[in-house]
Amino acid sequence: MLSRTADHLYWMARYMERAENIARILDVNHRMSLMPQSEVQAEQAWGATLRIMGLENAFHQHYAEISADAVLEFMIFNPENPTSIRSCLRAARENAHAVRGTLTSELWETTNSTWLKMRDFTPHKLNDEGVSEFFEWVKFRSHLSRGVTLGTMLQDEALRFIRIGTFLERADNTLRILDVKYQLLLPAGEVEGGAADFYQWSALLRSVSAFEIYRRVYRDLITPSRVAEMMLLRVDMPRSLARCMKEVYNNLRVVSNDHSAETERRAGQMEANTRFGKIDDIVREGLHNYVVQALGRIQDLGNRIADDFLVPVSKPAEATV
Amino acid sequence: MTVKTFYNEMYDPEGKVRPHYAAYSAWLSEMPEEKIAQKRAEADALFHRYGITFAVYGEDEGTERLIPFDIIPRIIPAHEWNVLANGLRQRVKALNAFIRDIYHDQEILKAGHIPAEQVLNNAQYRKVMQGVDVPGDVYAHIAGVDVVRAGEGDYYVLEDNLRVPSGVSYTLENRKMMMRLFPRLFSRYRVAPVDRYPDMLLNMLRSVAPVGVTDPTVVVLTPGAYNSAYFEHAFLAQQMGVELVEGLDMFVDHGHVYMRTTRGPQRVDVIYRRVDDDFLDPLAFRPDSVLGVPGLLEAYQGGGVTLANAIGSGVADDKSIYPYVPEMVRFYLGEEPILHNVPTYMCRKKDDLAYVLDRLPELVVKEVHGAGGYGMLVGPASTRDEISSFRKLLLAHPERYIAQPTLALSACPTFVESGIAPRHLDLRPFVLSGEEIQLVPGGLTRVALREGSLVVNSSQGGGTKDTWVLEG
Repeated sequence: MLSRTADHLYWMARYMERAENIARILDVNHRMSLMPQSEVQAEQAWGATLRIMGLENAFHQHYAEISADAVLEFMIFNPENPTSIRSCLRAARENAHAVRGTLTSELWETTNSTWLKMRDFTPHKLNDEGVSEFFEWVKFRSHLSRGVTLGTMLQDEALRFIRIGTFLERADNTLRILDVKYQLLLPAGEVEGGAADFYQWSALLRSVSAFEIYRRVYRDLITPSRVAEMMLLRVDMPRSLARCMKEVYNNLRVVSNDHSAETERRAGQMEANTRFGKIDDIVREGLHNYVVQALGRIQDLGNRIADDFLVPVSKPAEATV
Repeated sequence: MTVKTFYNEMYDPEGKVRPHYAAYSAWLSEMPEEKIAQKRAEADALFHRYGITFAVYGEDEGTERLIPFDIIPRIIPAHEWNVLANGLRQRVKALNAFIRDIYHDQEILKAGHIPAEQVLNNAQYRKVMQGVDVPGDVYAHIAGVDVVRAGEGDYYVLEDNLRVPSGVSYTLENRKMMMRLFPRLFSRYRVAPVDRYPDMLLNMLRSVAPVGVTDPTVVVLTPGAYNSAYFEHAFLAQQMGVELVEGLDMFVDHGHVYMRTTRGPQRVDVIYRRVDDDFLDPLAFRPDSVLGVPGLLEAYQGGGVTLANAIGSGVADDKSIYPYVPEMVRFYLGEEPILHNVPTYMCRKKDDLAYVLDRLPELVVKEVHGAGGYGMLVGPASTRDEISSFRKLLLAHPERYIAQPTLALSACPTFVESGIAPRHLDLRPFVLSGEEIQLVPGGLTRVALREGSLVVNSSQGGGTKDTWVLEG
């Protein structure tokens, strides 16, 4: 398939996934903000949300102070924020539009209608109807788009690049959510949070749809290290780093070409690390360090995938019939 | 402007429903108005969801417009279509022979049927094509011939579009929409299907591959997602199951064209290009073009790749060449033309210019190289000021204009704000030339939605209708 086509498919999937994850992060914060807390705490939480996406500076260029309304406006609607939900859904749609002939009509229409509907939402309307419902809507559109992808697309290269985009993006987001919350909830030196943190940890789990799963898997109290274990190492947990890396690796192997061996090796290595890793080791070494390293590797993988498959490199000398 | 007498597709002069519209008319009168309104809204919503839209430059981000779709079909009885189809085959055959001749021995010029300078000084004449052989001697592989009905319902050819004619996707999508909205209507009529077009197109494109290529790779070349016809490019590539490429996706190496894929370079044999000549190859034509492929012309001249349509086909569809098409039919085929031309005055001729200047308020004046309904004067619809300023243009550069009588274009009942009213229309059938000349029954019917307007172009507020050719 055309390199450019693969590039659009990959980014279409990444932006859709990103929109979903932002909705998850915002939703969880919004829910937490409904619980009793001081203004300082509230502001800290919204600030952390911006930090997850690396958007603190960009935010302060547009707004003087952090407040729930400002952060929501910025992260949902602001067209100048390339990571706002609106921008992501638009980018997903634009990428889909560029390769609409490669998509099944169901997938194209799903992506297109999501964007058309997004244009109908306004901050004013959300105030009236509730933001949580909007976040639900974003999540469901993302679920729908994945379902339509799996339910209608031929199992060929196109599907593989979509899947790689989805899981690379999800791995990145899961790591960020975990990292920021971990720092916020476990101030330096403190090993375990008090009982009051129960809501915070459960909210974190909910943000990755893992609250019920946690109960089923551990049948026990919610502890920070188990939460980290679930989000990093449990391969049966669909949003964990381990699951994402397994999907990235498996899909990469299918599309491999004659210069992608090193990229596959690095993806495989990362997949093996999560598969055989132990949470006690990670916590002992420092969770934050682990996350920073993992984020770096994911970025490296993204760059390598772009070089190997997506960026059209002109090498006429290698031309073969 | 009002054209007093025009041919009505649905009613005869006594106001009786014509036989081929009888069943439709009966069906329509049984339909409650609310139901019709609901179906029309449904059609709009569906077109939006399908993304059958075109981008509008300079408007708010993501602004995309629909081409208005009218739910009353244009119906053509079998006997009329058969004549039309034969006439179109004949005409396109002659046009292809003409283009081949111009780029080889120029017999028609030597015989004195067309003034040589008319052709050789034409902006669409491509010297680089002189002496170049193309597979099957086919140049205009895809032709979109604009046909109108005037007078008592006679068909006239208004224009031959031989460069990158668009609109065929609407022919197919309009039919799908009608079948979705009004399935039962199709049990009352035997409407000739059109959905074979992508198959026919692919077969034709494969049949004109470079000599010696047994399993050719075909691609569609688009200027990109922001082109107004992008939907159609993507649609055709998808329906044919071939890659939709942009210029940057391809490169030329040792006389062959390759596309960059995730598994390395892959050779391309036939390019259905939807990019104008000028932008195809920055080394040969406009150097600032980023839509083309450097070195493409040379690969093409060497026979390493087929372009459809051929470079330089435009020399035959120019408005200044149009008046000579009937002559081409006689010269190359030794036949009398089946389809009429509209009488055309060439303003570069002294006598013609004098005649035109005398009668500006009643004529249609068009730019020779114009397209899309721009740069034209519709005399009867224009104010005195408009006419006098156009007169100045005409006097300054008479060679840039032709003039034709204002045809009383046929009209068909159409949904407009005030209800159902007749609106003028034209028809663009698509003719495919490969080893043989083929066309799907019908084509694209465009309709001028403004009352009295004769301009059907979508850029000028035109809409479309489904076109039914009845099986005999």
